[in-house]
Amino acid sequence: MNFNTLLRHLREGTKDVFRNGWMSVASMLSIVVSLSLLGVALLLVLNLDRAADEVDKQVEISVYLNLDIEQGQREAVEQEIRNMPEVQELTFVSKQEGLEAMRETLGDAMVKGYEETGTNPLPDMFKVQVIEATTVPFVADKISALNDSNPNEPIYEVDYGKGTAERLFQWTQTIRVVGLLLVVGLGVMAMFLIANTIKVTIIARRREIAIMKLVGATNRFIRWPFFIEGVLVGMTGAALTLAIVLYGYFRVQLAAADWSSALFTLIPLQEIWLWFSILILGLGFLIGAWGSTISIRKFLKV
Amino acid sequence: MIDMQDVWKTYPNGTHALKGVSVQIDRSEFVYVVGPSGAGKSTFMKLMYREEVPTKGQISVNGFNLGKLKQRNIPLLRRNIGVIFQDYRLLPKLTAYENVAFAMEVIEAPRKIMKKRVMEVLDLVGLKNKANREPAHLSGGEQQRVAIARAIVNNPSVIVADEPTGNLDPETSWGIMQLLDEINFRGTTIVMATHNKEIVNTMRKRVLAIENGQVVRDQLRGDYGYEF
Repeated sequence: MNFNTLLRHLREGTKDVFRNGWMSVASMLSIVVSLSLLGVALLLVLNLDRAADEVDKQVEISVYLNLDIEQGQREAVEQEIRNMPEVQELTFVSKQEGLEAMRETLGDAMVKGYEETGTNPLPDMFKVQVIEATTVPFVADKISALNDSNPNEPIYEVDYGKGTAERLFQWTQTIRVVGLLLVVGLGVMAMFLIANTIKVTIIARRREIAIMKLVGATNRFIRWPFFIEGVLVGMTGAALTLAIVLYGYFRVQLAAADWSSALFTLIPLQEIWLWFSILILGLGFLIGAWGSTISIRKFLKV
Repeated sequence: MIDMQDVWKTYPNGTHALKGVSVQIDRSEFVYVVGPSGAGKSTFMKLMYREEVPTKGQISVNGFNLGKLKQRNIPLLRRNIGVIFQDYRLLPKLTAYENVAFAMEVIEAPRKIMKKRVMEVLDLVGLKNKANREPAHLSGGEQQRVAIARAIVNNPSVIVADEPTGNLDPETSWGIMQLLDEINFRGTTIVMATHNKEIVNTMRKRVLAIENGQVVRDQLRGDYGYEF
């Protein structure tokens, strides 16, 4: 193929988009609808997943130490917990700090009595956060087991909201699976919608292709403008989708700024727009290229 | 130029369209193919530009052995044959100019030469001033002229015309025939299937009559020979 012919294909492919007027608009709209559904579902799932992560992260393990523990022993246990690969963070809360925390929740009067008599009933404790929330029960067991290797059993109790935590994990896991199914389902639906549009364009084009072949055009010569036309339609559809979905997300985020709490925040737009755009434009390209290729393959065998 | 040796064509549904046809057509000949509907005329025409493949027998057109022609070389054959149909078969969304130019783009002709040559043939068929019209804005006769321009733009050695005047009124038909006669006069072989008795009997040329899948008459300066 010489350079002139390449230019010719580019020119014809672009012109074809306009020559086919309403057909191009219909294909473009079907791509916009499909990709928008997919895009919205994807953003929804990502945010749900992130929210689930946030919730999971709030599950932490409280390790209460025995009252009579010595500082050396305490530091040894702390080191052992820190060394566990699943552990992300460990905070030491001394009995005094525990008392302060109690003052905040239960009030001054309750705490004053203990302070005056110098009898603080609270133990020292560690707050442990793990990297992967689902490992919480496992890590809790591992921490409890430290008592077995230490003759004077430094740990009094390990608590992570047994039962409640498991139910929470199950729930967030369900959200993730449902979200994934939603994206896959919409993806399949989008494919059917687009395949259907392609089927309609095929019928319109079969006569044209037969004529081109009679004049002596090679398959490759016929294919190129179709390919360029398909890619242009696909990419334009994708660009429109991006404009709609990202602007919509931007507005939702503005509205959400009022009611979102620390527990649930939307993923910021600047964090996702780039790869989201690449993904949608890539899909637009693939749909256009794939659609134009399969729509004419059948008719090239004349 | 065209050589058929004992050509048979049986369609998958069992119809025997051609039964042992042998024909030689020389360079610069003008040949009418006549015969009743369903006699095998269309199959005969389609075999020449390799739209159909013979079940049995040899065909060579302009040096191409069609029996051995590979799929990917079919375009090369078709660039040497101009094909004209009853229903014109123009690309509906292209202008007259673009339709003719398409045949030159296919052979990757330089744009400058293309522009000159396309206008030249449009002038020859009398449509120079309607070059920018789309087929929908041309009359039947004009559309057929565009199709003829497209068929001759690459200087083919053969033109295969399947009832080119079938959709046209008598006056327009004569215009088309004069054009084809002139193209033939310049050296292009023309094979034309037709039902037009008046044309065949007035513009005397070689006549091949096909009936029931066989050539029943091959006559130089022949007549139509049927009453309808």
